[in-house]
Amino acid sequence: MDIQLIINNFFSILQGLDETLILIFLSLILGFFISIPFALARVSSIKILSQSIYYYIFVIRGTPLLVQIYLIYFGLGSIKAVRDSFLWVLLKEPFWCGVIALVINTVAYTTEIFRGGIQSVNKGQIESCESLGMSKFTMYFRIILPCAFRQALPAYGNEIILMVKATSLISLTTYMEMTGIARSIMYKTFAPVEAFIAAGSIYLFLNFLVVQLIKFLEWKYNPHLRIKT
Amino acid sequence: MLKFNLLIFGDTGWGDEMLFSCIMTILVSLSAMGLGVFIAIFTAWAKISGNIVLKIIANFYTTVIRGVPELLVIYLIFFGSSAGIMYISKIFGYYGYIEFNAFTMGTISIGIISAAYSTEVFRGAYNIIDRGQIEAARALGLSKINTFIKILTPQILKHALPGLGNVWQITLKDTALISVTGLVEIMRQSRVAANVTHSPLTFYLTAAVLYLILTSFSSKAFNKLEDYSNKNQVKA
Repeated sequence: MDIQLIINNFFSILQGLDETLILIFLSLILGFFISIPFALARVSSIKILSQSIYYYIFVIRGTPLLVQIYLIYFGLGSIKAVRDSFLWVLLKEPFWCGVIALVINTVAYTTEIFRGGIQSVNKGQIESCESLGMSKFTMYFRIILPCAFRQALPAYGNEIILMVKATSLISLTTYMEMTGIARSIMYKTFAPVEAFIAAGSIYLFLNFLVVQLIKFLEWKYNPHLRIKT
Repeated sequence: MLKFNLLIFGDTGWGDEMLFSCIMTILVSLSAMGLGVFIAIFTAWAKISGNIVLKIIANFYTTVIRGVPELLVIYLIFFGSSAGIMYISKIFGYYGYIEFNAFTMGTISIGIISAAYSTEVFRGAYNIIDRGQIEAARALGLSKINTFIKILTPQILKHALPGLGNVWQITLKDTALISVTGLVEIMRQSRVAANVTHSPLTFYLTAAVLYLILTSFSSKAFNKLEDYSNKNQVKA
């Protein structure tokens, strides 16, 4: 092992950090906002709505992310109708294919997390909203969803960590983020250990930051659980 | 677009190849899971034993493996091991290229990843067990080994079963990643078939369906096992 080589690799891989971060932020933000209506649909009493969301989650959670990425990147591109349509502007770029695959994947997991949060909200709270004459909309956005999100925070933190790790798979669609750069360094220097240790330490640090952020959010939004000093 | 005639069995179709690759995926997952559980027994023991050095090592291992992308771990183990062996063989005067069997390396890398998750499952299951049981076993004069085998193991397995089911699903899906090292499992086979026949949609959809069948069947099997292990519990 060559420490100097690891340090050199570290700085060249760091140049791919912004690509990785864009993937993470874009797919997490899109995934978050799509998951809220999906989770509400999943718990709704309209059978066809909740059933279709259920099957979507079942399929996405039952297949590896790599299959989903390949299906979107190679599979959709092979359909002529897609190549002729406006979608091709997005789908010919490995970046957007990656974002679409990550969003489809994370929405399935996040919906399930939010559903658990929504269902954990105390029945008494919903009843008191109704007795106060709140509209359904206010009840959901003022009472149920904030409580549900607080409940779902630890599980959502795990999902963020999974997403940070999932972005490394986008390198297999020729998009050059940190793992892609590490792989090309390995082919150039024939020193795999040095290249992947450098890349791995950056991912580890990112996940460390995520854990700290989730800890802070949990502390902030659960003031009733704080130990009084 | 979708060419299902490519999926027939025999020389003209890829059906039998896909089926064999499916068996390969099952074999790799099973052996990786077995290896993972085997490693996890020791790492979980290291975490709950009082020894501070063992605990730090085990914590470092699970934190790193769970915090680094699986793909990087696989690359590191697959390419790193062959680089390491070549380094050692150079000392003995052999300058050729050495690469391990893809199945062995795939099993080892996925096993190491799944062991990190299984460790947490076992540790959690151990923590649920009432301390009084261990004290009672000691009061009855059971030896440490007997306490572990007759009292702790059955209960740990029971509490760990749902968690192990999750780890199994993760392991099964992670095997798709060893396709990058050239082992012919579902993902690799469908990639080869897609490139040869120029119909990626057909083969990647087939791969998705195969994975879906595997995961849904195994979740059914784990539900059955959980029912079996909970049959002493009074139904509400």
